Amino acid sequence: MEKLIARYLPKIVVAPSFAAVLFFVYGFIGWTIWVSMTKSRILPKYDLVGLIQYDKLWATPRWLVAIENLGIFIFLFVAIALVVGLFLAILLDQKVRAEGFIRTTYLYPMALSFIVTGTAWKWILNPGLGIQKVVRDLGFPDFEFGWLVDPEMALYTIVIAGVWQSSGFVMALFLAGLRSVNQEIIKAAMVDGIGPFRIYTGIIIPSLRPVFISAIIVLVHLAIKSFDLVIALTSGGPGYSTDMPATYMYAMAFSRGQLGQASASATIMLMTVCIFIIPYLYSELRQKNV
Amino acid sequence: MSDQTANVARAGGKRWSPILLRGLLFLILGLFVLYYTLPLFVMVVTSLKSLPEIRQGALLGLPKEIVLDAWSNAWSEACAGVTCVGLKPYFWNSVVLVVPAVIISTAIGAINGYILSMWQFKGSNIIFGLMLFGCFIPFQAVLLPMAITLGKIGIAGNVAGLVLVHVVYGIGFTTLFFRNYYVSVPIELVKAAKIDGAGFWTIFGSIILPMSAPVIVVTVIWQFTSIWNDFLFGVSFSQGDNQPITVALNNIVNSTTGVKEYNVDMASAMIAAIPTLLVYIVAGKYFIRGLAAGSVKG
Repeated sequence: MEKLIARYLPKIVVAPSFAAVLFFVYGFIGWTIWVSMTKSRILPKYDLVGLIQYDKLWATPRWLVAIENLGIFIFLFVAIALVVGLFLAILLDQKVRAEGFIRTTYLYPMALSFIVTGTAWKWILNPGLGIQKVVRDLGFPDFEFGWLVDPEMALYTIVIAGVWQSSGFVMALFLAGLRSVNQEIIKAAMVDGIGPFRIYTGIIIPSLRPVFISAIIVLVHLAIKSFDLVIALTSGGPGYSTDMPATYMYAMAFSRGQLGQASASATIMLMTVCIFIIPYLYSELRQKNV
Repeated sequence: MSDQTANVARAGGKRWSPILLRGLLFLILGLFVLYYTLPLFVMVVTSLKSLPEIRQGALLGLPKEIVLDAWSNAWSEACAGVTCVGLKPYFWNSVVLVVPAVIISTAIGAINGYILSMWQFKGSNIIFGLMLFGCFIPFQAVLLPMAITLGKIGIAGNVAGLVLVHVVYGIGFTTLFFRNYYVSVPIELVKAAKIDGAGFWTIFGSIILPMSAPVIVVTVIWQFTSIWNDFLFGVSFSQGDNQPITVALNNIVNSTTGVKEYNVDMASAMIAAIPTLLVYIVAGKYFIRGLAAGSVKG
């Protein structure tokens, strides 16, 4: 008997965690997908009625704005964070004095809550006493910088704050990548008289491909989940001009009492993440097993 | 160190003027130092100014006279709607929430990681994969059933409920950290101990755990930072007196009653930020390692 327990002990010990994950992750996802196909409003109902919640969702102007915002946000946020991160990593890799200090100041925003970041940037960007006033006081009385309260531009303030928070982290990823580039190839290229610009664009940057993939996965993932930053900076406003799928889902679930709509929007968010994550996890886990 | 990558740019520098290029490099790096530190600087100076001074403008100016009122106000008096108790009770809510959640999720992660690396069995990789996927889902997909479940087991809206939520959705990451660390430990160690008759728990307690200090530090820091900074779970699953600090901060800042006290807002944001900033300053090395491990699987 004792031997039997000893034999199965690892499985017995891991079982509760696994059961919890099955229930709280997969069971709950199943619930959400199920409810997204019902007529649930304030209370959940469980009679399947097909895809009417999705039809309704895609006919809701506010959701379409949220999706468009997410698209613009992902594109700008990821592209700018990658460019800034790579640029800073290359500069920092030039045997810079005080590298440790500089790296630390680039990276500390990552330790902050998005709520703190949003609060700080909301103050800096407010047209009354923020940057607009600073520049006006410098002698440019006609300077306008009211993005935060401009429905057309408010989304870009979220990009500014998001890039501020995350680009240092991307820099750290690239710096680690740069330091594991195969030195022999570079030496050979230098012997062949290839210029530094060509070495970077032709050899070093292409060899950072895996770092690009990791960074893009992390950034896209952060962007799709972006909720805190939007709430703290703009609360989705002015109007619903900076709404995102995450804030839309939250509003439907907790203030509008539209559980069907909330579940349908959550399901679409999940599917979007899966498109990025599943191939990535699959290839990572496979590499491990080889 | 990548001497070669650095030398590549240097070789280029010889053709230009090396001093000029070096100067330009430091100028750009310095400008970015300003860009990253400016918001923190603005927060600190604003929190130390009086309201009349703030209204005069000079966002970037140092305070003419350092006033600590905003800090004490933020700590014990600031209003969110009609509740005027400052951040203090919510700060302690977060502490009471973070400590057990970090300890429990780290302990579970250590044991899971140990099993999924040293005691692999048929299907253990699938279990690991399924746990890992749980780290990446948008939590919106589980918010509603979680709210219902917490209500059913009677811990909706309080700190115990939030501890459960953070443990459940933290297991994936903590397991990942420990498993990836233990995979690099030579399995022969365990095999030899097994031949000597050591059991599952003995091996864990006397061989594996003593060598786990680095990964424990990384995991604790990662969990501490993400749970302290969480907002989505806090705002969805807690009510009134039980809210964590991020939710209370957001309520204070977005409170529309009364005069807008920017210095109090900034002091509040600083109070919410200080614990994780301290961790970053004291253990930044491990923090970065955790970030890297959390993103580059493998």
